Amino acid sequence: MTGAKPPTKPATERLTEPPKKDPRRKTQQALVPPQGRSRAALAMSASAARSVLTLQICNDCGRVQYPARDACASCLSVDLDWRPVSPDGRLIAETTVRTSTEPYFRERTPWRVGTVSLDAGPTVLAYLHGEVEAAPAAVRVLPYLDRSGNAVLMALPVEGSPAMSEDRQLRELTADPKYRRVLVTDGRNPVGRAVAQALSDAGASIVFVGIAEAWKGFAERDELLAIPKVEIMDLDVTDTTSVEALAGEIGGKTDILINTADHVRAGGVMSRHGVTTARDELEINVLGLMRLAQAFGPTMSFRGADQDNSATAFVNILSCYALANWPTYGGHSISQAAALSAVQCLRAELRSGGIRVISLFTGPVEEPWYQTLPPPKVAPAAVAKAVVEALRQGTEDVAVGDIAKDVLARFAENPKVLERELGQ
Amino acid sequence: MKPDTAAAAETLDTLATLLAGGGVEVVDLTHTLCPDFPVIVLPPEFGQCQPFRMEEVSRYDARGPAWYWNTFTCSEHAGTHFDAPAHWVTGRNVPFGTTDEIPPGRLIAPAVVLDFSKEAAEDADFVLKAEHIEAWEKQHGTIPGGSWVLLRTDWSHKVGTLDYVNMKDDGAHSPGPDASAIHLLVEGRDIVGFGTETVGTDAGQGHHFAPPYPAHSILHGAGKYGLQCLANLDRLPATGALVIAAPLKIRQGSGSPLRVLALVPKQGEGK
Repeated sequence: MTGAKPPTKPATERLTEPPKKDPRRKTQQALVPPQGRSRAALAMSASAARSVLTLQICNDCGRVQYPARDACASCLSVDLDWRPVSPDGRLIAETTVRTSTEPYFRERTPWRVGTVSLDAGPTVLAYLHGEVEAAPAAVRVLPYLDRSGNAVLMALPVEGSPAMSEDRQLRELTADPKYRRVLVTDGRNPVGRAVAQALSDAGASIVFVGIAEAWKGFAERDELLAIPKVEIMDLDVTDTTSVEALAGEIGGKTDILINTADHVRAGGVMSRHGVTTARDELEINVLGLMRLAQAFGPTMSFRGADQDNSATAFVNILSCYALANWPTYGGHSISQAAALSAVQCLRAELRSGGIRVISLFTGPVEEPWYQTLPPPKVAPAAVAKAVVEALRQGTEDVAVGDIAKDVLARFAENPKVLERELGQ
Repeated sequence: MKPDTAAAAETLDTLATLLAGGGVEVVDLTHTLCPDFPVIVLPPEFGQCQPFRMEEVSRYDARGPAWYWNTFTCSEHAGTHFDAPAHWVTGRNVPFGTTDEIPPGRLIAPAVVLDFSKEAAEDADFVLKAEHIEAWEKQHGTIPGGSWVLLRTDWSHKVGTLDYVNMKDDGAHSPGPDASAIHLLVEGRDIVGFGTETVGTDAGQGHHFAPPYPAHSILHGAGKYGLQCLANLDRLPATGALVIAAPLKIRQGSGSPLRVLALVPKQGEGK
């Protein structure tokens, strides 16, 4: 092992505040790495979307294999499962790619890669963090989604410096809010305010916070303005002209959009009187998301490689009951299922721009519209913390809180059973 | 009395001439319908007043090459709007109480303008009482039956600021009438309706009056109409204006946004 060796790689150089753009220069357009992957390999992307390292394991002979195949390389069995494995390993060899015919990598060379022997068995090809010592060196191998949404492995030092998240290659795989300009779409709800605080703490250079119906006044205005970097903007996601007006003003410098707008009311389909509440839910939770995407998405997509503060992520806070209807809040579940579908569509549409679309699933939050529910409920600050972590990890699907984790796990196991249980 | 057709024709002819020549001015009492125009704020557990929204259908583009049009949605009570008697529970059994049933002859009526803008400037919670109206009548004469009574507060000048709805932790603060004023207008003067510049015909704190929302409660219970979010009342004479206020003919509608027009003698010309 390398324990005795003194470190030879310097700590990551701190990111500096990106300079103002030179208006005479063309904005670099977003390119993405090669997109094609086999169906078998996409299973790794699916777990990378949750920031979990999984490998293919043969149920017949127990071999752990990489890369993914349709059959076991040892015994030809097709009874293969994807299971979480230890990220620990050892760097065997490395090289630095200095040229490439692939336009995405051509712009990003030199690119450090290496082979890592995982404790789990296989030897994998991984990107190398700048702080990883020369081989042989102990590393942790974590899965990330690249700008095409495909899993790539990155070897990280076992103990990195405080600046390790600012590594140039790692930053391609994440959506770190540092020095980025963030739009939080609704500051009237507690989650929106907590997210604004968390993004400010995470080093965002501006946190724009949308407030609908300014004419109504806003009791928490001073609380919000006390957060460093916060600027309050008029934004009503139910009003196309309002969304377009704000995009006209700040669309060109919105690097991360976090949609916190949510209309939550109890009640289901038949238990309600009329569809007015359902319409409000769909208007805000679904059409609002679509208006934001139409107004901000194209510019974000165009700015996917615009300096160190490029546009990078579109974050949606969804209810875990998007996956299966919870009749107590059945109307809200309907809107969340539609919103999840919209998010999936948007993810595909924004992929060519290298913009990450993050879905954060939560159970009931500590807020007035869930007042009568017993614990566990998710604190707004916990949602906000999860948003920042997802951005820093580049995680695509996140569950925050016990309820959401449980619902996602049960959905993965058997959606029909989940439906029946929620409908008891 | 037999109608004098010839006299009526002559009057209309004269009116048309005056309108064309500018002797009679048309004052628009309407705010532009737009998404950020305030609506009544109710506790959020109640159904809400849907503000005006507009989505483009096509604008000389692939969705419709030669034409521009939109789909708009809004509450019957968004923007400058008309309240029919059926809007309030007290008016639920009033005959001809919905927008489609109101006799068209009642949609054009003379108007008097009670100017209490000074009082409202001094006190956002100014309450119009019967005694105020009686004092006004000493100066301008008794309010004729069948009139619109428009309360001028210059509140419309506050549109676009927080002071318009003037929402505080204890609710909205804007001027409006109490029960004595509305009883006098309804039972004493038999008006056609009552109009305000504020977001409702009642005061911002009208919920705490007795009865709650006296304007809505008493007016509509007696089959009278309401107009709110009016503009340009400062351009009307105290008496002598003719108001045209015709809501959309919505089947069983409780009200509607509308264009409110006032015909007034052109100011500044001789006798």
